Amino acid sequence: MSDGKVVSETKSNAVTMNDFDCSFKTELSKVAGVENLKFCYQCGTCTADCPIARVCKDFRPRTIMHMAQLGMKERIFEDEKIWLCAACFTCVDHCPQGVDIAGVLRALRNLAVKEGKIPKTFVEIKNNILKSGLAYNIPDIRKRKRVEKGLPELPEANSQEISKLLNFVAESKKPKTESN
Amino acid sequence: MADLKYLFFLGCVIPYRVASFEISSRKVLEKLGVDLVEMPEANCCGLPLDSVDHDSMLILAARNLCFAEQKGLDVMTLCPGCAGTLRKVNKLVQEDKAVKEKINGYLKEVGLKLEGGKIRVRHLIQVLSEDIGYDKIKQAVTNPLNDLKVTEHIGCHVLRPKKYIGFDDPENPVILKQLIELTGAQSLDYMYKTDCCGAPIVGVNDKLSLQIAGDKLKNIKKVNAQALITVCPFCQMMFDTNQRRIEKVLEEKFGIPVLHYPQLLGLAMGLDPKDLAMDQLRVEATSLLNKN
Repeated sequence: MSDGKVVSETKSNAVTMNDFDCSFKTELSKVAGVENLKFCYQCGTCTADCPIARVCKDFRPRTIMHMAQLGMKERIFEDEKIWLCAACFTCVDHCPQGVDIAGVLRALRNLAVKEGKIPKTFVEIKNNILKSGLAYNIPDIRKRKRVEKGLPELPEANSQEISKLLNFVAESKKPKTESN
Repeated sequence: MADLKYLFFLGCVIPYRVASFEISSRKVLEKLGVDLVEMPEANCCGLPLDSVDHDSMLILAARNLCFAEQKGLDVMTLCPGCAGTLRKVNKLVQEDKAVKEKINGYLKEVGLKLEGGKIRVRHLIQVLSEDIGYDKIKQAVTNPLNDLKVTEHIGCHVLRPKKYIGFDDPENPVILKQLIELTGAQSLDYMYKTDCCGAPIVGVNDKLSLQIAGDKLKNIKKVNAQALITVCPFCQMMFDTNQRRIEKVLEEKFGIPVLHYPQLLGLAMGLDPKDLAMDQLRVEATSLLNKN
């Protein structure tokens, strides 16, 4: 019985050819900032210097870079790991191969969002920007308090123009229906 | 010296939760002869949407830069995240033709156009250290905070990525330390001084972010610093607003006041603590005020 259990666990965690998604690799490599990903030679400087990795064993930038090189889409997206990068850019400054590691993580997040995998906090921020132009929904009472404290009134952003621009961006990314 | 003039980009988090940073910065900059022009057209710098969609970040940043180009003024921000984002996009548009074309393609739809590189984007710490300069700040210090021992957390986006920021030495930053020393206070070193505060992952994994900030507070406590000085609204919130939560998670008392640098400078310039919004800090700094 116990033997059987071990075998099934090994089976579920083992990487197989099915984990490598070549089309994902191609899609990722087209994103700006990811160009140098292929230069990563797995030295591990990024993980060694990462302030998140120091306290969280589930976040290993080197592992994510390797998975990205191999196109392991499902495994990259299976948990919250890509959302744990703090974008402190320490790894970007230290990478001996000039890989924009934070840029690769950002690209992976963008692709995750396309698949509907987006943390709630980012949905809120996006909605706030569409509504008010600002990332946070600033309550009226706080706006009044500003003026009471002698600060200039908080201007209303042109949210129509802002959401118009963001909609243009979103529209331009939709796959074209006609074939080229 | 001609008076300095900037277009003041306020950003989102400061009016939302960190008014003390704005109040103290305006007060101190006014005293130092800096003219801030309001920017009513501004929107979010774009950084929070970079994780969702890179092009949305580009377009939000670009729209802000358009207004700065129209007015022909350098932009000043208090938030290093805003400064880094606006600076990066300003540089990208100037240097990368494809990015410029893409951005202007979108902007055309609302009648805007961006040249890129026509104006500069400055963070408060650059305005203080490079534009105003140490000499002028030194002259303004009338009540030096001698005997005060503080420490600093400079914030990642003030320094990195080096390629886009090009300010101070990210491996061994000295400028905030020098600015602190101009007030008469001493800035102590501590372990992992230049590391991230953990704020960017609040909302994704709160416990982890508190752990990261807590580890820093432990190292700060070890050197007996009387206060922590920051120049970023997110870092300040992480250490000040969240300090009680951190104490709970780590089961350790800290009680370390966290000041925005302009508050420290303002005190040394003899300004009223109330005018510097010292009363708005979550961890009370009254004991620190009494010591001087």
